[in-house]
Amino acid sequence: MLGRTLREVSAALKQGQITPTELCLKCLSLIKKTKFLNAYITVSEEVALKQAEESEKRYKKGYVPPYNATVVQKLLDQGALLMGKTNLDEFAMGSGSTDGIFGPVKNPWSYSKQYREKRKQKPHGENEETNWLITGGSSGGSAAAVSAFTCFAALGSDTGGSTRNPAAHCGVVGLKPSYGLVSRHGLIPLVNSMDVPGILTRCVDDAATVLGVLAGHDCKDSTTVQDPVKSFILPSLTDVSKLCIGIPKEYLVPELSSEVQSLWSKAAKLFESEGAKVIEVSLPHTSYSIVCYHVLCTSEVASNMARFDGLEYGHRCDINVSTEAMYAATRREGFNDVVRGRILSGNFFLLKENYENYFIKAQKVRRLIANDFVNVFNSGVDVLLTPTTLSEAVPYMEFIKEDNRTRSAQGDIFTQAVNMAGLPAVSVPMALSNQGLPIGLQFIGRAFCDQQLLTVAKWFEKQVQFPVIQLQEIMGDCSSVFENDLASVSLKQ
Amino acid sequence: MAAPVLRWCCPARRWILANIDRGPRHGRGAPTGSRSSGKRGQSSVAQQPLVTAQKPRKGEHQWAAVVGLEIHAQISSNSKLFSGSQVHFAAPPNSLVSFFDASLPGTLPVLNRRCVEAAVMTGLALNCHINKKSLFDRKHYFYADLPAGYQITQQRLPIAVKGSLAYSVCVGKKRSQVINKTVRIKQIQLEQDSGKSLHDDLRSQTLIDLNRAGVGLLEVVLEPDMSCGEEAATAVRELQLILQALGTSQANMAEGQLRVDANISVHRPGEPLGVRTEVKNLNSARFLAKAIDYEIQRQIEELENGGEILNETRSFDYKLGCTVPMRDKEGKQDYRFIPEPNLPPLLLYDSASLPAGADPQQVINIDQLREQLPELPSVTREKLVQQYGMLPEHSLTLLNEVGLLEFFQNVMKETRAEPKKVTSWVLNTFLGFLKQQNLAVSESPVTPSALAELLNLLDQKAISSAAAKKVFEELWRSGGKTPAQIVSEKRLELMQDQEALEQLCQATMEEHPQVVMDLKKGNPRAINKLIGLVRKATLSRADPTMIKEMLEKQLSS
Repeated sequence: MLGRTLREVSAALKQGQITPTELCLKCLSLIKKTKFLNAYITVSEEVALKQAEESEKRYKKGYVPPYNATVVQKLLDQGALLMGKTNLDEFAMGSGSTDGIFGPVKNPWSYSKQYREKRKQKPHGENEETNWLITGGSSGGSAAAVSAFTCFAALGSDTGGSTRNPAAHCGVVGLKPSYGLVSRHGLIPLVNSMDVPGILTRCVDDAATVLGVLAGHDCKDSTTVQDPVKSFILPSLTDVSKLCIGIPKEYLVPELSSEVQSLWSKAAKLFESEGAKVIEVSLPHTSYSIVCYHVLCTSEVASNMARFDGLEYGHRCDINVSTEAMYAATRREGFNDVVRGRILSGNFFLLKENYENYFIKAQKVRRLIANDFVNVFNSGVDVLLTPTTLSEAVPYMEFIKEDNRTRSAQGDIFTQAVNMAGLPAVSVPMALSNQGLPIGLQFIGRAFCDQQLLTVAKWFEKQVQFPVIQLQEIMGDCSSVFENDLASVSLKQ
Repeated sequence: MAAPVLRWCCPARRWILANIDRGPRHGRGAPTGSRSSGKRGQSSVAQQPLVTAQKPRKGEHQWAAVVGLEIHAQISSNSKLFSGSQVHFAAPPNSLVSFFDASLPGTLPVLNRRCVEAAVMTGLALNCHINKKSLFDRKHYFYADLPAGYQITQQRLPIAVKGSLAYSVCVGKKRSQVINKTVRIKQIQLEQDSGKSLHDDLRSQTLIDLNRAGVGLLEVVLEPDMSCGEEAATAVRELQLILQALGTSQANMAEGQLRVDANISVHRPGEPLGVRTEVKNLNSARFLAKAIDYEIQRQIEELENGGEILNETRSFDYKLGCTVPMRDKEGKQDYRFIPEPNLPPLLLYDSASLPAGADPQQVINIDQLREQLPELPSVTREKLVQQYGMLPEHSLTLLNEVGLLEFFQNVMKETRAEPKKVTSWVLNTFLGFLKQQNLAVSESPVTPSALAELLNLLDQKAISSAAAKKVFEELWRSGGKTPAQIVSEKRLELMQDQEALEQLCQATMEEHPQVVMDLKKGNPRAINKLIGLVRKATLSRADPTMIKEMLEKQLSS
């Protein structure tokens, strides 16, 4: 750290890799060790430490919400312990958890025994430091936290796949409940009409347990349904012969990796072999979905981000020539390129002369996409089975070769249509790839049939016996803790 | 020049508080003062003589003015439109601000039932079609007192549409001719109010008060069916009375509970409508009329001088009495409307469509609200005309003056005097004194009971009309005394002593032989002079009819 440039160390401080006090102590300790150089006449240790303390306060000055989200409060009311806030892409805009102010999130599988062993077989010899994998996103911090056993469950947000995508990449269960089942009060909006608080756990039963706590009408969110919530306790399915699983043919896209594709087929065959009816279905408007999502998402983003003007809360720039100049500079400084780009496109789509051609048209396409699902479910299909992502997690260096927009379009390809239709969906880890990385598959259910969806997912989870991540080697001191933990986990399974 | 020139005869009294660019700003000092002046402002419309623009003279320079209004009425409710914060005028700055009002991330709007009911009641009272399904939209613009960067309104499908507002304008030299008019109502929509910006030019700071942010507004859009300032001001006054009768808004313009923007254009009849301008910041009925008439005149002059009218927003400078372009409204605004995704469609029911077993707390029944509508001002006026044989223009004045109808009714309760007599005293003497001293009815030193007692004395012929006026003056000057006390103190009762009066008549005739001579020569007016002289001698305490009888008797004897 001490060898870095001022620029680098400044970035490290901003990203929280090191605190001002830690950095100050490092300097002080080295000053003592190098006293023989006779570089310093006076060492102002006390003053420096005091300044470091003040600096620390300034770094923490950002926005602290004065109220709890309904989902957080519900968990606290049940006696849950809150371990912390997890990392994500800025304002949940991204599919890698690489574009946040606190720096990228690293996938725990990068450090797993399973992945490392596979890599050793290959003659790479690349720099281990820079070769870690992304978690997917945007709720990558939550997925990594659950995957690395640091907590039992985590909340995410899911607007286009932000819970399911990192769940698939990190080998955990990611649930996006039906729109209107779980309160959005306190969830910072991305696209209000698609946002749902997501749930990340290590098994389907846990996701159902958390959903049971979170679901239900909230008078603070007018879009939550008023009907009383049914139980989410999942029965253990023994017979799947009455189930009809739909395989949407439009989800077989050229970009789909062969490994994911073969696991998808394998899963379908698994259902078939156990007596379920597995049929190919068509969701004809799928190919328009990602473009439609882009227009609707950026339009609502443009609207939702308007409040971040630096007046009531959050970052405010020093410019005070005029209110307008203050807005402009505050928003330029406060938002990253991705957020600014989406605000600009959204405002473009909402201009009077563009509204009909973009926003209204996209709303119509959204209706068609939602109808596609309705038609399929009306034809007797209980649950749809699709991939969650195109491939397994990629190394960070690989991921950042493409821009955020392209990556988001790829990352959300199988997930965002569900958000446009308001349906429940869950990503369940199925197996490890040849590289030793998790691959998840997605189940999509009928609106408000979250329990049925999770019941099928639970049966599938039991059949596939996804391996537990082995982190002992890299965790060093913590390995003994892990061994105990793993013993109990494996007992369960 | 046959332009509809409208000018107020009286110089403007400078009682209105300063207004800045967005809605009324309230001086923190004297809410009481502004309250009373507001009432005076509201009443002045009917009183000011003016030349109307309804019938421009024929000729090739004929112009017709077209005026439409957008009126924002603050809904009278305990809490805001989408949050639980209280609604209060003149509370300490930023003391009534919820997390939602400050647009904290993650907060969501929750619709206030009372505001919806107020909108439905107002719609029904204005003969509107109530939409059983209405939608909310976001209207975007950056402004320091708009924390979310957008206002939630009803652009696409408002709660009420296609109504009408009937109002009456007094015309003629004595303003005794009442003409009934109607303006169509395009729509009524529910929307949020903004906060307030207080500009401190000295320190070049803007201070924001969010107490008003999120208060429920009814935006009432009047079609361009009016043609001059007086029509617009009278229509607004009628709407104000209706809102107050309904209790849906206090509609006090001085407190900013009623704000009016006017759309104005001129054209030659038969030709397409001209380019319109919008005049904002009209926070009294008088300034509304004045601004509209100024703007009509300005547009005509501009066009006659070969200029053109720009589609722009202007504000009324009450000090200069003219409209000026608003700098911060320059350039085309694109509000980038978008459906409000956090509010489901607003559904209303009638008795026929009410779902069985619906929770009464969760549904609004239009029919039920219709049954609960109170008496509207037009009905009250009709009742006055029928019950008391009152002239329509008198019923108009009684309602237009704040508190005057109640004053009149209280006098009526306690007096035996004829309604016509009471009307005349209340509208001429009482109101005249109020106007002269620039007071509101509530500030009057004369109570309804005192006036009733005075009118009883008059009715019993215990005092003369002239003496009654003196008693009234005395009541006004020295509150606390009863009319009977004043009458006896000032010895104003009619002279009941016949003999003494006869002696006075005799003495007067002897003192003025010339007048008696005139009278004998056949000049009929001479008797009036004698009567006047006798009355003067009695200190106006004698009945003129009685004096006349005595004089005639003595002359003929």
